[in-house]
Amino acid sequence: MKNIVMIIIKKELARFFGDKRLMLTAVLLPGMMIYLIYSFMGSTLSGLFKSDSDYRYTISTVNLPKSISTLTGDMAADFTAIDVGKIADAKIAIAEKKLDLLAVFPENFDVQVAAHNPASGETAPHVALYYNTTRTESSKAYNLLTTLLNTYESSLANKFDVNAGEDPFNLATKKDASGLLFSSMLPMLLMIFLFSGCMAVALEAIAGEKERGTIATMLITPVKRSELVMGKIIALAIVALISGSSSILGTLLSLPRFMSATKGMPTAFYGFVDYAMLAAVVLSTVLLFISMISIVSAYAKTVKEAQTSVMPLMIVVMLVGVTGMFSGTAQTETLYYFIPVYNSVQSMVGILSFNATATYISITVLVNLLLSVACGFVLTWMFNNEKIMFNK
Amino acid sequence: MKDIIRVIGLNKSFTLSTKQQKLAKSREKVIHAVTDLSFTVEQGEIFGLLGPNGAGKTTTLRMLATLIKPDSGEAVLAGANVVSQPEIVRTKIGFLTSELKLEEFFTPNYLYNFFASLHGINPKLRDQRKRDLFEKFGINNFAEVKIANLSTGMKQKVSLAISLVHDPGIIIFDEPTNGLDVITAKVVTDYLIALRAQGKTILVSTHIFSLVEKICDRVGIIIKGSMAACGKLDDIRGGKTLEDRFFKIYSETMGVVV
Ligand SMILES: Nc1ncnc2c1ncn2[C@@H]1O[C@H](COP(=O)(O)OP(=O)(O)OP(=O)(O)O)[C@@H](O)[C@H]1O
Ligand SMILES: [Mg+2]
Repeated sequence: MKNIVMIIIKKELARFFGDKRLMLTAVLLPGMMIYLIYSFMGSTLSGLFKSDSDYRYTISTVNLPKSISTLTGDMAADFTAIDVGKIADAKIAIAEKKLDLLAVFPENFDVQVAAHNPASGETAPHVALYYNTTRTESSKAYNLLTTLLNTYESSLANKFDVNAGEDPFNLATKKDASGLLFSSMLPMLLMIFLFSGCMAVALEAIAGEKERGTIATMLITPVKRSELVMGKIIALAIVALISGSSSILGTLLSLPRFMSATKGMPTAFYGFVDYAMLAAVVLSTVLLFISMISIVSAYAKTVKEAQTSVMPLMIVVMLVGVTGMFSGTAQTETLYYFIPVYNSVQSMVGILSFNATATYISITVLVNLLLSVACGFVLTWMFNNEKIMFNK
Repeated sequence: MKDIIRVIGLNKSFTLSTKQQKLAKSREKVIHAVTDLSFTVEQGEIFGLLGPNGAGKTTTLRMLATLIKPDSGEAVLAGANVVSQPEIVRTKIGFLTSELKLEEFFTPNYLYNFFASLHGINPKLRDQRKRDLFEKFGINNFAEVKIANLSTGMKQKVSLAISLVHDPGIIIFDEPTNGLDVITAKVVTDYLIALRAQGKTILVSTHIFSLVEKICDRVGIIIKGSMAACGKLDDIRGGKTLEDRFFKIYSETMGVVV
């Protein structure tokens, strides 16, 4: 009996791994697509926040005072002092994007500033900064110098400081921060990728075989319907897992690049137990998905019909996945872990945000496994039912 | 002689969906495909089920092969009951009908081995039988060609070979020569005769008179799901051609002159 199941699994796997097109669409493509999309999103995001790190701003100055020039040492910029007569030329250079910034200070800026009394009502000494918003580097140079000048201005009348010194004031640990990021995105992605992986293989292997009449050939052999169902489900789960892993690998490989944009957080904080729990949840979820999709596709007459009928299920899975994105932390009410699909999402959120407990994970895995077994019985009954297997 | 197939009072009706009703241009919701059908087949003979389109031949054979269940009545094949012991029946018979397809992705060789292993046949016996069957049907040159790339005739011959992987004592063929050219058809009918010589029991369905006259020992004429006549080929013919006798029986049963 075990032997028969193995024979069927082997044939199903041979079918899958021998088919280059299927391998490409179900295994290679999802992972690659995700990697490309996320890497692209990541580099676009980081492009918004920082420009080329080797870049040095070109800034021309008129009457740059001593007080300011001592502060500009940290800026990645080359300062060129020019005469008042060259101001017009410099403005043209900025418009033509050949120069990033022109800073015009009044003569004797330091003396004027020292003499100025804000209470007097006289106009304060004026600094003019010319820049060009259509050039990113120009805008950034403008922001940098404005900040520097404002800081200098407030330092002249220092009444109090906020968060001065080297103390780490943000008390969030790196673990929490990376946990938050992961737990908010990954469960949804995982659910969607796993479900699509299951769909790609299960529709073809059940509805497809029914449509092509090849399952009937199996049905006249002495093989028990239950063995056939078991062999199919296990083989499909293996393939779906491989397909899912490709998606997950794509995500994990691209996430560091994706996150470097939002502050470069290392991801190596998950330990063996976290990974083991995640694997158990993923495995049981895949098994459940495969069994559910198999039932839908066993009921359908054609692959097309099966695709249509599986859509509502897919939408539900996606929506439930999305709830994981906004819940922040995992549910702490035991009852939630008895709800299929939702329990998988909550368990993933829990594991990824370092809040998982063995009880919740066990309940989730157990519920998924029991439901898969129940689906297996339903499927066996369906394989035995001529009205379902030979509906034309 | 021993009755190896016993069919007693078999009934099967199908409920039509609205869509099917439209397709069949019929207002009746229920089709009685097989009505109170009884016959026996003796060990070592070729029995032909002869009947016009829609007579219920395929439905009968599918019930005997345990693909579908009879509404009532029973059928016993080599001592196993189709309703209560379908899994045993499946070990005793080889069944071939056009609705059973082979997975196009695989080669004849792979599928032969796969089905042999499902029947629990040891590799040595399997290879020996495979050599014989592939030789007989000229499959050897195509053994490693995917089913998808085979001609209709070659596909049918591969199906035939695969239906015999377990060397069954009873062979049930629905329209064995349908879609085959005369040469391929002859290979198949000759093989059926050879199988009979080995002591196998063969039940075929057809609407081709010449096939029945060529290979069958006994024949059952099935019209509208019921047995209109059943007996030795010569007794049924009664000195006339089978065709003439068939039309006579047909008009008597249907109450129309053909
Ligand atoms: N699954 C089904 N659902 C509905 N009606 C069916 C089904 N299978 C067979 N029938 C009907 O039962 C009747 C007998 O069909 P069957 O296929 O047994 O005829 P047959 O003798 O094999 O005919 P043919 O020579 O055309 O193959 C036909 O009217 C057919 O339309
Ligand atoms: Mg037929």
